[in-house]
Amino acid sequence: MTTTEIDNKTGLVTQEYKINMGPQHPAAHGVLRLVLTLDGEIIEKVDPDLGYIHRGIEKMTERDTYKQIVHLTDRLDYLSSHINNEAVCLAVENALEIEVPDRVKVIRTIIAELTRLASHQLWWGVMGMDIGALTTFMYAFRDRELINDIMEETCGTRLTMNYNKPGGLMFDIHPNFQKRVKEFIKHFKVSLPEYNTLLSGNVIFKKRLQGIGYMSKEDAIAYGVSGPSARGSNISCDVRKIHPYSAYDRVDFNEILMEGGDSYDRYMVRMKEMEESMKIIEQLVDNIPEGDFETKTAAVLKLPKGEYYQKVESARGEFGVFIVSDGKKSPYRMKFRSPGFANLSILDKISRGHKIADLVAIMSSLDFVIPDIDR
Amino acid sequence: MTNSELQVLVSSWMDDLEFIDEGVQYLTVTVPKENLRDLMFKLRDDSEAAFDYMFSLTAVDWGKNRGMVYHLESTKYRHIIVVHVNTEDETLDTISDIYPTAILNEREAYDLMGIKFTGHPDLRRLFLQDDWVGHPLRKDYVDEANMIVK
Repeated sequence: MTTTEIDNKTGLVTQEYKINMGPQHPAAHGVLRLVLTLDGEIIEKVDPDLGYIHRGIEKMTERDTYKQIVHLTDRLDYLSSHINNEAVCLAVENALEIEVPDRVKVIRTIIAELTRLASHQLWWGVMGMDIGALTTFMYAFRDRELINDIMEETCGTRLTMNYNKPGGLMFDIHPNFQKRVKEFIKHFKVSLPEYNTLLSGNVIFKKRLQGIGYMSKEDAIAYGVSGPSARGSNISCDVRKIHPYSAYDRVDFNEILMEGGDSYDRYMVRMKEMEESMKIIEQLVDNIPEGDFETKTAAVLKLPKGEYYQKVESARGEFGVFIVSDGKKSPYRMKFRSPGFANLSILDKISRGHKIADLVAIMSSLDFVIPDIDR
Repeated sequence: MTNSELQVLVSSWMDDLEFIDEGVQYLTVTVPKENLRDLMFKLRDDSEAAFDYMFSLTAVDWGKNRGMVYHLESTKYRHIIVVHVNTEDETLDTISDIYPTAILNEREAYDLMGIKFTGHPDLRRLFLQDDWVGHPLRKDYVDEANMIVK
């Protein structure tokens, strides 16, 4: 459609127009502004305008020590905070060839999976809400509270855990940790089927998602999409399987793949991933090896000159840490490869031709966390 | 494919490549900026290399010059290669038509590091306001009001 058209019979003027969605839109889950070009209600172009929560974390890393940087990273994707911390710690440990005790690896993995569960629970609650089913939010927050309590008891905080440090953990797990994790698993094994009864099979919900926001396998790879969003398009990309870290090489779990590539398949991948996360926790929680919770390291770490990269699987996809070191106590350049940024880049492509209400469903199925995109 | 096999394959395509041996984790190659697009096409389309997934693009200010570091992986073979390219005059060819993930990433690099990508479809600032002065990730960037220097 050209910019302005005049209907010869009626004399009505029609034109494409632009509207702002956000930065304070409830479905954006943060301050994301999308400039939509519309033909009636049909989306012709989505232009994301970022930076409303850009804090310059990459610049801040250049003045901080490696131990301080760990605490910046849980302000990126605050729902995967433990996993982000772990990525920086692993990068530093690999660079300095620090071998962490087995106990640390197992505890890190359990907490990472609990983080993933909490993140997926919140996503599920909010996804229902975006589509118009308000009940899901209450169910999800009821169950997520149990994980937050476990985190509070062991890590000291509920959301931005800061439980990792290069060389190990801040402190040992709380004596109640194993008991409470097992209680949670027992509880969640009952409530996850409830989630499916409540939402996954609902006809209205399915009609809102099926066939909406189709992402082909080739496009997803070319745009760098990762995580559950890519696995909905049948791309095997689970970093936990391909480049195992921490204790993922000793647990048995499945990588969930769906073939459809639409919003409903991305939804189902996350629902099934929650079962796999529970499987991982169950295998590890009774087998936490005895030993130290840290390897002693120097107060200020200096990485040898060179380049280091560490990728991990966060709740949203592949999170990467790239460090260029010149041998000093701060990195020369540090880059965070955030999964949300790459997943956002395909939004324009997959939402063209859909209606505005569908854009909300597509955004939910891609599971954006805006501080992760803006950094 | 192992790193040494990959090195033999990649160096058979063009002459001006320089492999970095020290202080790197993956196979790392520096390419002259004139050959960047040729190398990227080869890396993507060659059936034995098949680097279809670009998972990270980083702009780095090396002091004497600036450049990009591209991390590529093959979803088929799972091998990884890192490509360095440097520029003296702050311009580089875009690769956003070869790897569409670069569309937003190159805008970020332009915004924060000031590298201009010739041929990019829509090179604007991404995070900062349009009237922002300077490119904050450069080493010589000064902002006394907003930056705490230790």
